Amino acid sequence: MIGFAFIAISLFTLGAGLAAALMPKLIHAALSLVLAFGGLAAFYFLLGAEFVGLVQVFVYVGAVAVLVVFTILLTRRDVKAEARFNWSGVVVALAVLGALVWAILRTPELAVAAPDPKILTVKQIGAVLMTDYVWPLQCVGLVLTAALIGALVLVTEKES
Amino acid sequence: MDQIFVNLKQQLLAWLIHLGASDLVVQIASVLINIAGVLGVFLTMFALLSVLERKILGRIQNRYGPNRVGPFGLFQPVADGIKMLIKEDIVPARADKLVHFAAPILIAAAAIMTLGVIPYGRNMTAFVIDGGILFFFAVGSTTELGVFMAGWGSNNKFSMLGAMRAIAQMVSYELPLIITTLPVVMVVGSLMPDAIVDAQSGYTFGVIPHWFVTKPWGAAAFLLFFISGLVESNRTPFDVPEGESEIVAGHMTEYSGFKYAIFFMAEYFGMFAVSGLAVTLFLGGWHAPIGLLEFVPSYIWFFAKLGALIFVFIWVRGTLPRTRVDQMMNFAWKFMLPMAFTCIIAAAVWFYAGHGIRGWLASLAVVAAVYLLLSQMLDTKKKFAKRTYRFAE
Repeated sequence: MIGFAFIAISLFTLGAGLAAALMPKLIHAALSLVLAFGGLAAFYFLLGAEFVGLVQVFVYVGAVAVLVVFTILLTRRDVKAEARFNWSGVVVALAVLGALVWAILRTPELAVAAPDPKILTVKQIGAVLMTDYVWPLQCVGLVLTAALIGALVLVTEKES
Repeated sequence: MDQIFVNLKQQLLAWLIHLGASDLVVQIASVLINIAGVLGVFLTMFALLSVLERKILGRIQNRYGPNRVGPFGLFQPVADGIKMLIKEDIVPARADKLVHFAAPILIAAAAIMTLGVIPYGRNMTAFVIDGGILFFFAVGSTTELGVFMAGWGSNNKFSMLGAMRAIAQMVSYELPLIITTLPVVMVVGSLMPDAIVDAQSGYTFGVIPHWFVTKPWGAAAFLLFFISGLVESNRTPFDVPEGESEIVAGHMTEYSGFKYAIFFMAEYFGMFAVSGLAVTLFLGGWHAPIGLLEFVPSYIWFFAKLGALIFVFIWVRGTLPRTRVDQMMNFAWKFMLPMAFTCIIAAAVWFYAGHGIRGWLASLAVVAAVYLLLSQMLDTKKKFAKRTYRFAE
């Protein structure tokens, strides 16, 4: 059952990813990317990482997707950009593929069994975030606040 | 009586096992029964509410409302449904067909899924999940994408403008909506809706329920949550995205027939979901208001509270005019957000000052101080001339 779900979600995510790369219209590509994000969230749920899955939906499908579509909307005048074939893309893709294959082949066999996977509850994650990882959390908060203030400074109209 | 639906489902599943169904089939059947229950109840409520809303609005505006189809116009939804079904489905020639088609589906699916995590009664949650509150907001946030798809797919300026307005207000008010749930989550220490309802059980002297709305921080958070809920479900006075005097019908301009009906349904389902969450978080979920009335089945209490909140939604719609876009945005960022953060602090004060009367007063003092300070700072000091009426007195 798990295996069947894994294959189904994999096919879905890969298909959505391929569509994101191949769709001629930019907005269709962006929406396909959102589907791929959703597939990834399904993977997290399958692995029992409920919190990570929910955050994936929350952040990527809810927020990043809106950011992407708005960026496309506000920067392109003609949304029907033609799809050109680009050789440099092929080179980059082959390079990434080669690096991954090389890394996989070099990895010795995973003889060690994974340590027993503990199901983390949201409460445990919250406790760890507030104790062991409180400084990284605060730093992220600071960066985001700075970004928010920066955005405000950029869009504020100067009073003449 | 209380567990009648739960027992019914158990018997149905026992019968399936008796027939020799495998574990997998029983599991799938259990999920399907839950889904059918939620959909059945809320589709019926949607049909009833669509006529009830027009009746109440009519009462507020001194007219009858629908009264032709069936007794008291009760069969109006059937007539509406048939009308919507047989209407021509018009898709604009230059529209992005696929996106135009997928948008209402996405919006409706998101609205229906959020209904799943709310506890409707004792042991009556359709989809029990550890991070239920998070699930609600995660799925709810996909609505924005659906609205964008509706606006963009229609290839119409009014649609796009309406979609952008809708997304702007949804993103702005999602912040206070989520932050006002935080004090409850902090005090309970769980993201599970059932645990939150459990934490609100019990009564002081048998009459004052331990609902979070009876605490100062809870009352403030409930009001903020309710206003944000009004915005999230695009209801008057915040129906700016579909302001018919300005941009036709916003992102729904190019939808007709059943697709339009689906948008309409999704709006009501969103209203049910946000009210249901408000009931769960602040109004004690399915608990009775006083100890003596605990014998009444839990789901009746839940739906009574839900009905009361929905009535306020309709009442507000009949009373207030539409706000302006800039007023609404200012309100979100300058008032709602600081007040939402104040609720967190007030809840912390209440929590650490002991849950007694001392904590209650200290918490009230925090909320009141910030409220007074904010209202002083946001006062524009504009003087308005006394309004004179020429035709009405």
